Amino acid sequence: MSNYEPTAEQIKEQKLYRDMGLSDEEFAMIEKILGRLPNWTETGLFSVMWSEHCSYKNSKPVLRKFPTKGPRVLQGPGEGAGIVDIDDGQAVVFKMESHNHPSAIEPYQGAATGVGGIIRDVFSMGARPVALLNSLRFGELKSPRVKYLFEEVVAGIAGYGNCIGIPTVGGEVQFDPCYEGNPLVNAMCVGLIDHKDIQKGVAAGVGNTVMYVGAKTGRDGIHGATFASEELSEESEEKRPAVQVGDPFMEKLLLEACLEVVKSDALVGIQDMGAAGLTSSSSEMASKAGSGIEMNLDLVPQRETGMTAYEMMLSESQERMLLVVKKGREEEVQKIFEKYGLDAVAIGRVTDDKMLRLIHKGKVVAEVPADALAKDAPVYHKPSKEPEYFREFQAMENTEPEVADLKETFLKLLQAPTIASKEWVYDQFDYQVRTNTVVTPGSDAAVLRIRGTNKGLAMTADCNSRYIYLDPETGGKIAVAEAARNIVASGGEPLAITDCLNFGNPEKPEIFWQLEKSADGISAACTALETPVISGNVSLYNEHSGQAVYPTPTIGMVGLVKDLSHVTTQYVKQSGDIVYLLGETKTEFGGSELQKLVYGKIFGKAPSIDLETEASRQKALLSAIRAGLVQSAHDVAEGGVAVALAEKTFNESGLGIHVKLEGSPVTALFSESQSRFIVTVKEENAQAFENMIPEAKKIGVVTNDGKITIEGESGVLIEGTVEEFYSAWKGAIPCLLKSEA
Amino acid sequence: MKFAVLVFPGSNCDVDMYHAIKDELGEEVEFVWHDATDLSGFDAILIPGGFSYGDYLRCGAMASQSNVMKAVKEAAEEGKPILGVCNGFQILTEAGLLPGALLRNKNLKFICRTVPLKVENNQTMFTNQYDQGQIIHIPIAHGEGNYYCDEETLKKLKENNQIVFTYAGENPNGSLENIAGIVNERGNVLGMMPHPERAVDALLGSADGLALFKSIVKQWRETHV
Repeated sequence: MSNYEPTAEQIKEQKLYRDMGLSDEEFAMIEKILGRLPNWTETGLFSVMWSEHCSYKNSKPVLRKFPTKGPRVLQGPGEGAGIVDIDDGQAVVFKMESHNHPSAIEPYQGAATGVGGIIRDVFSMGARPVALLNSLRFGELKSPRVKYLFEEVVAGIAGYGNCIGIPTVGGEVQFDPCYEGNPLVNAMCVGLIDHKDIQKGVAAGVGNTVMYVGAKTGRDGIHGATFASEELSEESEEKRPAVQVGDPFMEKLLLEACLEVVKSDALVGIQDMGAAGLTSSSSEMASKAGSGIEMNLDLVPQRETGMTAYEMMLSESQERMLLVVKKGREEEVQKIFEKYGLDAVAIGRVTDDKMLRLIHKGKVVAEVPADALAKDAPVYHKPSKEPEYFREFQAMENTEPEVADLKETFLKLLQAPTIASKEWVYDQFDYQVRTNTVVTPGSDAAVLRIRGTNKGLAMTADCNSRYIYLDPETGGKIAVAEAARNIVASGGEPLAITDCLNFGNPEKPEIFWQLEKSADGISAACTALETPVISGNVSLYNEHSGQAVYPTPTIGMVGLVKDLSHVTTQYVKQSGDIVYLLGETKTEFGGSELQKLVYGKIFGKAPSIDLETEASRQKALLSAIRAGLVQSAHDVAEGGVAVALAEKTFNESGLGIHVKLEGSPVTALFSESQSRFIVTVKEENAQAFENMIPEAKKIGVVTNDGKITIEGESGVLIEGTVEEFYSAWKGAIPCLLKSEA
Repeated sequence: MKFAVLVFPGSNCDVDMYHAIKDELGEEVEFVWHDATDLSGFDAILIPGGFSYGDYLRCGAMASQSNVMKAVKEAAEEGKPILGVCNGFQILTEAGLLPGALLRNKNLKFICRTVPLKVENNQTMFTNQYDQGQIIHIPIAHGEGNYYCDEETLKKLKENNQIVFTYAGENPNGSLENIAGIVNERGNVLGMMPHPERAVDALLGSADGLALFKSIVKQWRETHV
């Protein structure tokens, strides 16, 4: 590799900064900030820090809308991860992040390093990571390319999470043609911490030592953050070198060593070297503390020879952290890392001049105000325009798709990959390691016990992007509400959310409009359901050959189960229990699974949602669960009541279900109206349950005949054995992959 | 009774093993780092699952060469109970304390699920609290659990009743004769792919693994009154 670097004049004259993603205006700003032309290394620093991925320059005005405060919020957005109080001096730490573009190019490593990155965000706060979740989107499981991406992404997540020993307990996978060339890979990590151990990424205390810990720096992942901030195209394959390679074993060592170090008062600040590696961690830590940092790059542990300052600063080699340690206490820290065979090297110091100063081979190779890189990055208010399609869809009437054979349609819905069993996926994840997983994948939300207490954490990741595409504001509300429904149905009280905003190119006004409107919807729902946004990530430019993905703001939510006796699953428990439906069913098929099945596309209005009704129904159900009146609870989602009923029997218990539904059969069975639950209650508790939730509608009973029978007003609509429906649902994805389950 | 839980870089079921002994079994237990050379203070040694040394080279290969394994071999010779679970089983085969090897799962994928096991031999110090032929439910979580050995070894295993657990349902990983766990000839070293330490509390789905640990304690109490 050549060490030739263009001169400052060449960078300007030949507009070389453009290749790094900087605009002419931005380059002029840099020149003004510095009062001179930036050299090659400095141009690199600005280009990664001012990328959308690091600066949120296009999304900041939108993110400001989110409610981020609440009585339980200990740390909102801006640090590695958000933190929420869960009583008894304990707190839960969580965040979700995307790794879409790397996964599109190199799916195994892209997904694996996505998991590695989000884990580091959580333990950089001082928390012990206790669970992983993921939210995945692919094209339809038809082309070999999509199958390859799907299989490798799942293998990458499994490879990293299983090895590091953090259970992957939940998630979701959906398939739509819009994700064909640009899959989405969002990973979420949840950690536990005692309030007293909370750390921050600050470089405070002039004279303190900056230490580099973990893996050595190589030339991998250079400009990863820049690559994440542009559209994918046929040429993206060439960006393969911008994809990092993960080593979960190294991260396991780093994790254990860092959790030992956070117990020591020698530590002042700690931050992950994630996107933009050494550049982002150093400049952000200095900027947050109002200080400066000077680093000698000769001291950076390197795994390749002849690396330039530019390469070291822009490398995204994995499994590295930057620490600020009290002066004179470096040896204590080194000892801890030594035990795990890891590098821990003093590479610099905290200064008072607010500059990021880099020294390489005895020369100052970069000298830039830390604030200019971090908090003072430019912010753009992009133009927004309501797209044509939205007006058309809003003008459409809500109608029922035509269905000839109800049972056949039902079987097809159960086999639709978005609805079908995801066992093929989670079978590959170790969801039990650390032995706290009370509710394993497959139910509405995963539940973990908190060892040593009688409390638990419920967690879920959700987003129906079809609704959001049809109507971003309503769809944004639904995404949060559905996540909360999953938490409540599991016996938890929703605490807060993290979000991962996956959108197309924000420079297109119609895309920016989707971003703005869905943020409005998310904000409204977060306010109504009292679940502030405590962390998140923005992934824009999710386009392939000019085609944007559906707007997909994935919601990760965590809830508190106050007593483990409240833990509730979706599955029916015993014959004779009464089946109730909560919520109103309307003719709402816009974006529904049935609409997709019948017409091969989606159109019309998204299902409506009333947040007040949603909030009060969730509260009522949670009260009933806490009162011990509920045997099972399940939210009604894709595929409507029929699918929800069937899913309640899919646990090989031998039980069945027999219900009678009112209204037009197709609507009663398959409508995707919001804010609905199906609940089963012991006969002796029926009266108490009805007193508590008067609106609950008795629709049937749990049977012991192993059959699903759904009657309508004029006779049987669907009838069959659980086995018949279960095997269709369970076998669909393995069958599509033509691979052994 | 005092248990040791060995910890290698990359072990990740060490905590689960520790809590199973401390919280559910109520016995004394300590973590022992891989560079320890003396295990004489312990009555039983547990080698937990995980990815010791990242499973690089071969699962269990590097851990089998660590300092502490010399002490494990001594303990084995003294007749102390030694249990290796999952990666622990792989380490025991790599160390030569158990015959055979663990190959990649037949479907080439990691598999995590709870499976039915049949207790093939309840006359060991690890299984005396089970009934002969009892079906128990224990989780598996591995990518390389496909047990293999040559015919002669298999014959010996059968003759000596060394096959302790077999998969009772569908064979999840392609292992020879559905083998899930074996003991050495002397009967004091057990290696198994399923995780009994994950099945000690009904809250998490199954408590069928607890009897295995109780068996170890019972045997020890009988010989150490």
